[in-house]
Amino acid sequence: MKVQILGAGCAKCKTLEQKVRQLNDVHALNLEIEKVTDLQEIIKYRIMMTPGLVIDGVVKSAGSIPKDSQLLEWMKGSQK
Amino acid sequence: MIKFIDQHPISATVILTGLWITLYAALQPLADAFISITGLTSGEHLTEALRFFVFEVPKVLLLLTLVVFVVGIVRTYFSPERTRKLLGGKSLFAGNVLASMLGIVTPFCSCSAIPLFIGFVEAGVPLGVTFSFLIAAPMINEIAVVLLFGLFGWQTAFLYMSTGLLIAITAGYVIGRLKVEHLVEDWVYQIHSNAAVMEEIVPSFRDRIQSGFGAVKDIVAKVWPYLLLGIGVGAGIHGYVPENFMAGLMGKSAWWSVPAAVLIGVPLYSNAAGIIPIVHALLEKGASLGTTLAFMMAVIGLSLPETIILRKVLKMPLIFIFVGVVAGGIIFVGYFFNFVY
Repeated sequence: MKVQILGAGCAKCKTLEQKVRQLNDVHALNLEIEKVTDLQEIIKYRIMMTPGLVIDGVVKSAGSIPKDSQLLEWMKGSQK
Repeated sequence: MIKFIDQHPISATVILTGLWITLYAALQPLADAFISITGLTSGEHLTEALRFFVFEVPKVLLLLTLVVFVVGIVRTYFSPERTRKLLGGKSLFAGNVLASMLGIVTPFCSCSAIPLFIGFVEAGVPLGVTFSFLIAAPMINEIAVVLLFGLFGWQTAFLYMSTGLLIAITAGYVIGRLKVEHLVEDWVYQIHSNAAVMEEIVPSFRDRIQSGFGAVKDIVAKVWPYLLLGIGVGAGIHGYVPENFMAGLMGKSAWWSVPAAVLIGVPLYSNAAGIIPIVHALLEKGASLGTTLAFMMAVIGLSLPETIILRKVLKMPLIFIFVGVVAGGIIFVGYFFNFVY
């Protein structure tokens, strides 16, 4: 039920956060969305590229902005 | 158009490749046709400057698009996870060579330098090998190489690439030999994460092609203004500023010009595209190749923001060693080319 975006402030990180928030609003998913900027926190997820996308504690992607359809699928999966 | 690329990336690639070849072959006739429409007299300074501009801009843009597209696809085969696996437990030297080469093809952004550094160290990649990667990745990038190729010919592009590799290999090897593991911040070694490593999704060929188009969209959109400026500078100052204006300052005879170029270059921060106008202007006006290459490498390869980011994982003495060794390598390259040419 929780979506985390890991990123200390790169351009792609902001884009991903916007996308996730937008999808959440448009599809009324009501997920909890959190941006994680603390480096030590980010590293705990063992990603080597930001932005990282973590859904319910599981890293879904790192270093890229997944397609909307893919994001939506993951986010809907988290709802159940 | 964008929708078509998105839905049929493979057919789009075939069509666009055809279009690319046609356009590239037509560059010179198109530029000449443009000049004859303007009614300017051939041979005059303004005419030739304009001809240069309308020929070079589309040429370099086309080259850039092609290379960024291909590199975008190649990068989907080299994730940092895979690179890390390839480098784990490699011996010095062989590891440094491999790391420097992988630095060119592995996707990298200086904003990810820390997670990458930790990811490498944690997986047992030797420190010196990690540094080779961190030096090569920003310094040798496809934009710098394409622009050098387009504007100064393949020799300059090749020189830049090979000396960049040489610096990354040597500097990483030297740092590895210095045994400075204790100068990495202690918390790096204390990370005990129990999070599962992300399972990698293998992209389909279609996805890879789409990544190529995505890279073109991202990078070319960012780079083209610098490109216009760079070529504009080249066309503009030609003939207006005395030919040897820079020769006294940055020519071969000024022995101090190489270290000075590096000292000025390090605090300057620019992407590869932004530096090209300056490089163009310098070379055109009599600055020597070695000094100019050294300046360009110092600006792109050693940046203050990246060094500040790295301070989070490296103790101060190691920061100095890192900057010192890389700057030393760049200065050597500068002198070497001034001496040879």
